[in-house]
Amino acid sequence: MNIQGGIGVKITKEQVEYVAHLARLNLDEEEKMSLTKDMEAIITFANQLNTLDIESVSPTAHVIPIQNVFRKDDVKPSMDRDELLQNAPSEVNGCFSVPRIVN
Amino acid sequence: MSYSDYEVVIGLEVHSELKTKSKIYCSCSTEFGGEPNTHCCPICTGMPGTLPVLNEKVAEYAIRAGLATQCKINKFSKQDRKNYFYPDLPKAYQVSQYDLPLCYEGEIEIKVKDEVKKIGITRIHIEEDAGKLIHESGEGSLVDYNRCGIPLIEIVSEPDLRSSEEVRAYMEKLRTILLYTDVSDCKMNEGSLRCDINLSVRKKGATELGTRTEMKNMNSFNFAVKAVEYEARRQIRVLESGGTVVQETRRWDEAKGITVSMRSKEEAHDYRYFPEPDLMPIVTPEEKIEAIRKTLPELPDSRINRYVGEYGLKEKDAELIAASRSMADYFQAAAHKTKNIKGAANWIITEVFYRLNEDEKEQASIPFQPEFLAEMVNLIEDGTISNRMAKQVFEKMWSTGQTPSTIVEESGMKQISDDDELSKLAVEVIQKNPKAVQDYLSGKQAAIQALMGQMMKITKGKANPKKVIDLLKDQLAKLN
Repeated sequence: MNIQGGIGVKITKEQVEYVAHLARLNLDEEEKMSLTKDMEAIITFANQLNTLDIESVSPTAHVIPIQNVFRKDDVKPSMDRDELLQNAPSEVNGCFSVPRIVN
Repeated sequence: MSYSDYEVVIGLEVHSELKTKSKIYCSCSTEFGGEPNTHCCPICTGMPGTLPVLNEKVAEYAIRAGLATQCKINKFSKQDRKNYFYPDLPKAYQVSQYDLPLCYEGEIEIKVKDEVKKIGITRIHIEEDAGKLIHESGEGSLVDYNRCGIPLIEIVSEPDLRSSEEVRAYMEKLRTILLYTDVSDCKMNEGSLRCDINLSVRKKGATELGTRTEMKNMNSFNFAVKAVEYEARRQIRVLESGGTVVQETRRWDEAKGITVSMRSKEEAHDYRYFPEPDLMPIVTPEEKIEAIRKTLPELPDSRINRYVGEYGLKEKDAELIAASRSMADYFQAAAHKTKNIKGAANWIITEVFYRLNEDEKEQASIPFQPEFLAEMVNLIEDGTISNRMAKQVFEKMWSTGQTPSTIVEESGMKQISDDDELSKLAVEVIQKNPKAVQDYLSGKQAAIQALMGQMMKITKGKANPKKVIDLLKDQLAKLN
């Protein structure tokens, strides 16, 4: 999705539908209308950042100055499967069972 | 229409499973197989609230693969979330790398029809593998997350490949490099090496790329080659009949020998990458990179050049030996122990390869030390055994693992090279075969073979053939 620069933005219903689809959200017409307004407000708010001069600021992926957090390549026992599968929505033959993906 | 009016443009994304013992972000085992969901924990099944921690070997192996493919290494690298919904991905995102991969801008050399060509490597990044979906007859799909979180490197090539032969050569070369650098075991049947193929066609001479299609998860070199050949022809046919190629993902159907569209509305590729907040940046200073570089073994290209230049091997033979690191190491160890290095190479290329093939064994499982092979070559060299005897010695070494000198000693196979003993026999043979002697003296050079045959018969094949010929010639000269 491309949202043009500048502070004030206009969001279309199609853009809301596109984002909703990516997030697997089912929206009714009323929700789409209100979310269009919400998204406009949110992006307009965030777009204030575009007015800043960031020439001398390096991109920040992390705010905490920590790097190289590693663990040793050691194997530890895995979790007991029955225990693990207690969090599965549904379980069949030791597997997580989910709605059918292919026909 | 003519297929030869078109050029095929191919780029590959090769996924290779790294050889770590534990997964990329948790301590579960990476062992292949196992009962479903027994190599799993809350981290690799994406339970809320868990925190991943990067396996240090993953970064090291990826950098090693990068250095072996002439890549530059990003001293500051980070991990990102690639978001999409599919049940084999329990977190609904895959941790991968987006704009700052560990390695970038490398190249490898391939050889097709004696022509060397450089293939660019765009980047190599680390990421986690997804789980396995099992589509059974029941209502739902079942998911096994044993494979989820197994560390992968994705090696992305430039669109530099132009034919199925080049695709094969590239994949084979990449496999050899990954095996040499010991970062992956590259078992294709276990999915530890697989590739996605991006392919487009264009009229020869055109500078703009055509619309490409993608074929995912090819786990066999042969399938990849066939898929490339089919897909190139299909695209050319589409264009020639006035149509346009649709950008889409296609699947190779091995049974039918065709590619099939997998197009669906779900396929909008918008992964909304963003930095993975739970994983800190990977910072690799120059010293660390150099330390890793020092662990690299001598790579196949360099070995081939050396075997040809220093040892005088034929290029084809050098390539055969250098194709696997274990064989190349074996050969080099043998070469250190003999002057007849070419001889040692020949035994490897013929008998060793034959036997390994016969026994369906891995290259690493030669049943005797390289020093033994060298010793056997030396025994031929100093005349202790003939080439024919050596074959028997070799068989015995293969089945018993005994040293060649022990075998020669115990079987009394020793070649008779003693001049006095052989001279006496030569005189005897000459006396008993006046006809052959007469023929030889009257100019029939070949008649000496008959005398030679008699010598061999008397000695039960143990006489040193070279010496026999010389001695016979000496004795016959005296008669002249």
